[in-house]
Amino acid sequence: MVRVVSRRLVQLGVTLIALMTLVFFWLRSLPGGPVDALLGERATPQTRELLIQALGYDQPIWVQYGRFLKNVVTGNFGNSIRTGEPVTDVISRAFPATVELAVAAIIIAVGLGIPLGYLAARHRGRLLDNATIIVTLIGISIPIFFLGYLLKDWLTQDIHFFPPSGRISTGTDNTDVTGFFVLDGLLTREFDASADALWHLVLPAVTLATIPLAIIVRITRASVLDVLDEDYVRTADAKGLRDATIRKRHVLRNAMLPVVTTVGLQTGALLAGAVLTEKVYNWGGLGTLITDSISGGRDYPVLQALILLAAVVFIVVNLLVDLSYAVIDPRVRVQ
Amino acid sequence: MPLLDVRDLAVVFHRKGAVPVRAVDGVSFTVEPGQTVGLVGESGCGKSVTSLAIMGLLPRRGNTVTGEVRFEEADLLTLRPQDLRDRRGRDIGMIFQDPLSSLNPVIPLGLQVAEVLERHRGRTRQAALREAGGLLDAVGIPDPTRRLKEFPHQLSGGMRQRALIAIALACRPRLLIADEPTTALDVTIQAQILTLLKDLVDRSGTALVMITHDLGVVAGLCDTVNVLYAGKVVERAARHDLFAEPRHPYTHGLLQSVPRLDADRGGRLHQIRGSVSDNIPWSEGCAFAPRCDRVIDACIGETVPLEPVRRGGALRCTNPVPQEVAA
Repeated sequence: MVRVVSRRLVQLGVTLIALMTLVFFWLRSLPGGPVDALLGERATPQTRELLIQALGYDQPIWVQYGRFLKNVVTGNFGNSIRTGEPVTDVISRAFPATVELAVAAIIIAVGLGIPLGYLAARHRGRLLDNATIIVTLIGISIPIFFLGYLLKDWLTQDIHFFPPSGRISTGTDNTDVTGFFVLDGLLTREFDASADALWHLVLPAVTLATIPLAIIVRITRASVLDVLDEDYVRTADAKGLRDATIRKRHVLRNAMLPVVTTVGLQTGALLAGAVLTEKVYNWGGLGTLITDSISGGRDYPVLQALILLAAVVFIVVNLLVDLSYAVIDPRVRVQ
Repeated sequence: MPLLDVRDLAVVFHRKGAVPVRAVDGVSFTVEPGQTVGLVGESGCGKSVTSLAIMGLLPRRGNTVTGEVRFEEADLLTLRPQDLRDRRGRDIGMIFQDPLSSLNPVIPLGLQVAEVLERHRGRTRQAALREAGGLLDAVGIPDPTRRLKEFPHQLSGGMRQRALIAIALACRPRLLIADEPTTALDVTIQAQILTLLKDLVDRSGTALVMITHDLGVVAGLCDTVNVLYAGKVVERAARHDLFAEPRHPYTHGLLQSVPRLDADRGGRLHQIRGSVSDNIPWSEGCAFAPRCDRVIDACIGETVPLEPVRRGGALRCTNPVPQEVAA
């Protein structure tokens, strides 16, 4: 186990270096750039020259690249071009918001998706199953921004049920401990703040969870149907085991393998969905930061750090998927 | 009184947009306590479906099962599902064809044996596992304590089938149904498994229904043999009678088709012409008629009944092989 993990960590390092290189040169090959964005079209050549020197863009590209690599290794991602703050500060402010949203979405998607998929499989061909198939098809097909505005319009404007945007009501006196508002409220015993944050979280999380939820339902259903046909389930039946035992011990565990993979892939893909969801609900997390950093002046340092962060999340999630595979299926374990 | 009395068992599979298939078409046979009974026939004759129907293991949808399966006075076909569950694994054990796919790949072997004991004997996990070790030892698996913690993929094919036998016999059932238990194994292992089965069955007095297409298995194991063709029993006889004097042309043909070590080299092996797909429904006469060498006009048109012949046997044929020719 230790060897597998350490090998994967080395792989992680190699992947990250390759990715950083790619991102560095790719960003700089795009037309436009922070200088144009910051100064606008009517800047004098002298001003431009000064800013270029100040940002270090007059040096040869490989010198810039070397400095970038060195900084990354020492954990220094530079300062945001837009705001001048250290990139690490900018990101660590936005990171908890997105993680809170993503975790809530995954909890909804997995917590509802697996039981629903299982029930659909057990009721194969009957009303519940057919309804599930249709509803999940809609869930997969509906664009996030559309669903987001639809829910927002309906549940915050027509019916004033949920708050329309933000992570917490303005004026709420909440103490910031971890940056996860729901968790902070629990830690500091400010339960009203926690409840308020949770209330704000519902709509965005549901919006973000829709697609992964639909996919997880479908994969679970298909996987359970496959396993129900397996010979070892028939053997379990021939043993006269109780239905609940067969379900828990023999069916679910085997059916979980494809589901775990799907959950991993969907977790990685959540960041893409977060960009849209955060826009709709004015969430102020990484998704917002990405759009702002691209449209508001090619903020190279922030973008580079964000892409690296996304890659690390993706790779770590995949590592977790592989490890849980080994936990579930003994045939995968390294001897 | 027989332990198992199957009367007029029929299984019809319904398929969307196709004619229903009568996979088992009125099979009747009995098994006395401690007796070993063979169900023999080629692929598609309905022998596996018969065994699954007896155990109530056919898929819940897409088929109709009729007839009676009396096991100790209870009709298994009309038993409430939970009562049937109580009997499966406790009173009737079953062994399947492919030992690898029949064992759960992600559960340690020990638990797969122990769970039967937990379910039917009310053992605690620990006691059940201890007993499971003894069972694995009894079916000839070496180093059973270590094997308890292993998974099916770590065992050889023969070991896996031994493990399945241990599972099926864990609760000392009065009846064991073995559905082609040696088909997926190589020849030397086949012999070992058969010897083991014979041993265990003899020692415990368990009745055995042996489903096979292998006449060698029948010859070595069975007291009484039922030959199935196209979902019906065509001949039933005591083992010796069947091999010495097969009366049904199908049985005769099967026995003729067994390669013999003392036959002429270069001589052509006998075969039954055609294949099962040539068959016609039994309602229009003998389903074997299109492939039969002894077919006469009387074979076609009306159902041929199963009639009792010598020493408790039975035969479904209008023009059987005469006794002196068969000998």
